[in-house]
Amino acid sequence: MKTLRRRDPARRALAWLLLVGAACGGAAVAQPTAASRVPVPVIEKARGEACVAEPAFMRLNHMDLLKHRRDETVHRGVRDPRSSLKGCIECHASSATGSVAAAPTDFCASCHSYAAVKLDCFECHASKPKASAALPAGHPAVTRVAGTK
Amino acid sequence: MRARFGPAHYYGLLALGGALVLIGLGSAHFMEMHGHIVTGMNNQVVWGLPHVFAIFMIVAASGVLNVASIGSVFGQPIYKPRAPLSGLLCLAMLAGGLMVLMLDLGRPERLIVAATHYNPTSVFAWNVLLYSGMFAIVALYLWTMFERALNKHAKSAGLLALAWRFVLTTGTGSIFGFLVARQAYASAVLAPLFIVLSFAWGLAVFLVVQSAMYAWNAQVLDAAVQRRMARLLGVFVVAAFYLVVVYHLTNLYFERQAAFEAFILRDGGIFPLLLWGGYGLVGTALPLLLLFHPRLAGPRATQAAALLVVLGAFAWLYVFIIGGQAFPLEIFPGYIASSSFGDGAVVHYAPRWPEWLLGLGGVGLAFVLTTVGVRVLDFMPQDDFTAPKAGAKAAS
Amino acid sequence: MKPTADTGAKQGLSGRRAFLGLAAAGAGGLLLAPGVHLMEVAQAAAPGTAAPGANPKVRWGLLIDTTKCASGCTDCVQACNTENGLSGGTRPTDAQWIRKVELKSIKTGRSASLPVMCQHCAEPPCVDVCPTGASFKRADGIVLVDRHSCIGCRYCVMACPYQARSFVHEPLADQKPEVPRGKGCVEGCTLCVHRIDKGGAPACVEACERAGHHAMLFGDLNDPNSAIAKRVREVATMQLRADLRLDPGVRYQGLT
Repeated sequence: MKTLRRRDPARRALAWLLLVGAACGGAAVAQPTAASRVPVPVIEKARGEACVAEPAFMRLNHMDLLKHRRDETVHRGVRDPRSSLKGCIECHASSATGSVAAAPTDFCASCHSYAAVKLDCFECHASKPKASAALPAGHPAVTRVAGTK
Repeated sequence: MRARFGPAHYYGLLALGGALVLIGLGSAHFMEMHGHIVTGMNNQVVWGLPHVFAIFMIVAASGVLNVASIGSVFGQPIYKPRAPLSGLLCLAMLAGGLMVLMLDLGRPERLIVAATHYNPTSVFAWNVLLYSGMFAIVALYLWTMFERALNKHAKSAGLLALAWRFVLTTGTGSIFGFLVARQAYASAVLAPLFIVLSFAWGLAVFLVVQSAMYAWNAQVLDAAVQRRMARLLGVFVVAAFYLVVVYHLTNLYFERQAAFEAFILRDGGIFPLLLWGGYGLVGTALPLLLLFHPRLAGPRATQAAALLVVLGAFAWLYVFIIGGQAFPLEIFPGYIASSSFGDGAVVHYAPRWPEWLLGLGGVGLAFVLTTVGVRVLDFMPQDDFTAPKAGAKAAS
Repeated sequence: MKPTADTGAKQGLSGRRAFLGLAAAGAGGLLLAPGVHLMEVAQAAAPGTAAPGANPKVRWGLLIDTTKCASGCTDCVQACNTENGLSGGTRPTDAQWIRKVELKSIKTGRSASLPVMCQHCAEPPCVDVCPTGASFKRADGIVLVDRHSCIGCRYCVMACPYQARSFVHEPLADQKPEVPRGKGCVEGCTLCVHRIDKGGAPACVEACERAGHHAMLFGDLNDPNSAIAKRVREVATMQLRADLRLDPGVRYQGLT
């Protein structure tokens, strides 16, 4: 008992120090300043008229679309152009790098590096579109289907 | 007089083992970053040295539990005090072997996929369940041994562990046994062969560790116990050798397997060398001599024999796993084939340093877990009869 | 109401025991239930929808006429490499989805040359052994690797009797958009599934046709009116390692 009380102030001081340090560190990291290393998402304007769904919907659900539709495509051979990763890339590839994940400001990379969610897709998938000029007529980006699932 | 094993020794061993583990992890990271091209593996030999280490540890982990089974299930009194150590070694080696296996995957970060997607016809998928279950069952078994109130359940737990590891080791043998395409595998004898190999390798590892523990605690193992365990190792080594001979003899009898057997037994360079010299001589004949020869037998001889059995195990596994892949597939019986992809050609494989380091990292993990376990809990076999303690004299 | 230390301890012990027992049972149930739910059978079987996707009534196959296959010709291999973004290298670690094999009969001395690729078996051993179900057979008979699930264990490479699978040993860049492939996964001939789904034919077959060799024929083995079905009805063809009873979808003519 005695030893505990003797060590108490030291322990308390250490605990306060850690707490304050963590708070400061957290505060410093959380606010992107001009000199901050945190890449804030940069959404470059994409080609085409509109995306396959509303941006708010895509922000919430793009992972679901990619994940579940991919199983449909790979295992059952159902190739819905609205859920094609290639389709996304054709519109969203950066005009500077020609890719969606080459630079930290590219479409996929910018939000993913901000959210610190590692992008695994492009270890296998090409992040650049095939060299082609205009979008074909039936392309979903040209005629957006409303209320896409 | 050897100094008693103290904290300095313990932390020293831990540092060594820990360093080995860290180096192994670093090597795995290197392999993951750069791909398997940094190893000696290629499209013909896809399972290399790490698999030799991993399969040895997994098979030995299953077999080391024999000591506990003989005690709990079959009621042999001298094995009962050894049961906890055997359980600890099982867990430690299983962990080490699995570490190597999982880090050698092309995509180790996808383990969660392996844990959530199961193909019921795949032995690997069964193994995910069998190995996890093994950890749980051995932990439960150890608990029944340590907690006095649960001691009466030790026999049931031991029986469950025995049954489970038979299924597990059969599965390990069947990984290869089910491969219809390969001349080296595709045999029903592989399942029982692996079971018997596990007995021999597990007991050998146990004897090595037991000798070390007794030496470091400045105790001497009772001569009668030592003799019994030595004889048991000898019996297992003979049984394993018998099944290996049966496997090769059957292959030799089948004309279509003749070329493969000629490769493994005579023409394959490193493979016959390792099989005859490594497994036959060093891993079987010499240990049997050391274990049974009236003038040679003794505690040191047993320790040496156990180590030689382990070396022989590595040699046999190398021939089995890599030799089986180095020999070309026979896609066109009756033809001589050649192509840009190695058809008809024997593949040359040489392990590179990342593979060695990864394998040794697994051994390191098993070592660390055993060392910590032995330090923290009472795993030292407590024999009921008095054994001559330290101070008495220097060991032979 | 004064329990002795004995009964109090006993009560506490049995109360604790009961709680632990219940908790263990509950935890066990909780742990097992999701596992049971998560177990997915890996075999791909389209539930017979008439809609888009692989048609289970179709069985895609290849017929290779080895008498028209010239020794040293690698048009099919080069077409495959170009189409699928393979390096074309022949180091032991380079992926090869199709290769030309030169044969010489030991007894008769007769030579033959033929391309070997994934045989797209009806009973594929690679599918049986894959732990995650990444190696699977599509409803129309094409055997593929789902690289989203592949953990790179290489068991399928061990299991394949035709050495048809390759493991990607190094990081890749500049993949073809239609053919995603990457380090750490296993891969093999896809029968150009991306072309087939658009109504086309595999690149190797197309290249062989374009060059005028006419050694490769592609089509639906289940359609009695298709060119390939007619041809296999007329001429003698064989499957590689037919003794293994895997029923490959690739057949060879002019080889015994």
